[in-house]
Amino acid sequence: MEKKMTIEQVNLALARKRKKEKALKIIAKVFVYFVLALMYAPLVYIAIFSFTKNKVAGVWSGFSIENYTTLFNISGNKIAGDIWRAAGNTIAVAVVSAAISVVLGTLGAIGIFYARRKWVRNTLEFVNQIPVVNAEIVTAVSLCVLFVIFAKMFGMERSFLTLVIGHVVLSIPYVVLSVKPKLEQMDPSLYEAAMDLGATQTQALFKIIIPDIIPGVLTGFLLSITLSLDDYVITAFTKPTSGGFDTISTYVDAQTAKGGLPTQLRAFTTILFVIILIVMVVMNIRSSRIAKTFLSKKEATKNVQD
Amino acid sequence: MASAVMENKTKRRFNFRGSLCMPFAVFMTLFVVLPLLLIVYYAFTDGDGNFTIKNWGTVFTDVENWKIIGMTFVVAGATTFFCILIAYPIAYLLSNSKYNKNAILVYIFLLPMWVNFVIRTIGLKALVNGISTAIFGSDLTSSAPYVAIVIGMVYDYLPFAILPLYNQMLKMDKNQIEAAADLGANPAQVFIKTIIPMTVPGIISACTMTFMPTMSSYVIANKMSGNTKPIIGNLIQSYFGSNISAISDHIGSVLSLVMLMIIGLSLVVEKAFDKKSNQKAGGLY
Repeated sequence: MEKKMTIEQVNLALARKRKKEKALKIIAKVFVYFVLALMYAPLVYIAIFSFTKNKVAGVWSGFSIENYTTLFNISGNKIAGDIWRAAGNTIAVAVVSAAISVVLGTLGAIGIFYARRKWVRNTLEFVNQIPVVNAEIVTAVSLCVLFVIFAKMFGMERSFLTLVIGHVVLSIPYVVLSVKPKLEQMDPSLYEAAMDLGATQTQALFKIIIPDIIPGVLTGFLLSITLSLDDYVITAFTKPTSGGFDTISTYVDAQTAKGGLPTQLRAFTTILFVIILIVMVVMNIRSSRIAKTFLSKKEATKNVQD
Repeated sequence: MASAVMENKTKRRFNFRGSLCMPFAVFMTLFVVLPLLLIVYYAFTDGDGNFTIKNWGTVFTDVENWKIIGMTFVVAGATTFFCILIAYPIAYLLSNSKYNKNAILVYIFLLPMWVNFVIRTIGLKALVNGISTAIFGSDLTSSAPYVAIVIGMVYDYLPFAILPLYNQMLKMDKNQIEAAADLGANPAQVFIKTIIPMTVPGIISACTMTFMPTMSSYVIANKMSGNTKPIIGNLIQSYFGSNISAISDHIGSVLSLVMLMIIGLSLVVEKAFDKKSNQKAGGLY
């Protein structure tokens, strides 16, 4: 029927097609931004109600920046002190556990990769996968059981150390999994060359292997920090039994269980969010490392299942 | 002969690099393997350390436990379904340069993940309750706790569903889609016959990344339902408590093992799907 179209007809058809595409594009954009709005809604909600004093979130009782002023009155306000202490604890646990994970995990990955016996390699790789696929709650209670036994046998109560151990268990597999691909990409003859040229094994390790796998190590470190900062379950089961030690996660949980979040926490969350926003923007401009971090987290899990 | 000599030469040397895994191996044995063995031990013993399978009987004769395990599957299944339903088009649009020129939108989707998830969940709860009170006159978390839990879980795990799908879709062969359209397939056919088959690995990994953690994340369930025991994670947690001092709970250990079995089963199912999709892919490309 449409064997021969005049130029006008072609133009008309093209215009119609373009119009349709434009409409589709608008619908798609609306959808994306709608979901995005939903994802940010709780945070925006908290941010809005951080500017009112009412104890119940969702009830506006006049604009006030008291939440912010009391939040920074660390010595004068007990809640503010608690919040900052919890924040400090969270960061301390994250940094210490990530550092340990990186050292143990990197050495572990190298060891696994160069292990001569296949069963050693397979066993260690399997064990490394356990914390990844296991439910966090099972990891947490099993560690808790172990620490209770430690307490009975050696009088070693749960402390900062047990908490760090818990977080290392959580993050060490991801260090191993992010270092492993770098080892695979490495040129094996470099190490041999270094040895032939008279380097000791330790020298070859630090001058050849480690510099080559540094990107993987860094990814592992960032992942460890991220996992540790956001962790609740393992923290709750391995944190010190005495002294009211809390990280942000357990502090928030305990406060809500008692009834109601302290209003200062809304101010804290808002500040935290703004800081994250700024850091993200800055890092985004500089590099796309964060995306890579997330991608490798996913890739890590994927590798495990293959 | 020559290779045997070579082998001898390499074997003679102490495997320094291989030995580096020792601290890792010790740590993992002590803090990953041993704790799990302890759980197994507790699941099969009574308070005096005698072997028994009574714990299993106690768990499985309680109808309440069966209900909770069932609801765990429902909640995890529903969460996975809605996550994929929302994440799939989002990932598609994000991976399409027509809608997302630079990858910046992807970061914007990931950004809330960096705020502590307990805080996010509580913010969400306040928001959900605020809206439901305004519309229905009651808190959603108390009137329909399971709906609230699924909302909470979908909210928290959506980025985990978006990422694997997004990655997969970046790898998608756009020419194939265009070819299908040019050869006369209508949009629905293009979607079912080219886009979906190309993204099956992404769908599978998105499913596991949401299904498995939702089964155990008792905090979200707890917060969104107002401290009831809605899913198996909460059940385990309630047996151990977060401050156990007595030697561990045998019933809780049984439940942990049940949880482990469910995870093992989901892994097997996932692997089966993965294999199937790989075979299919083999024929397609």
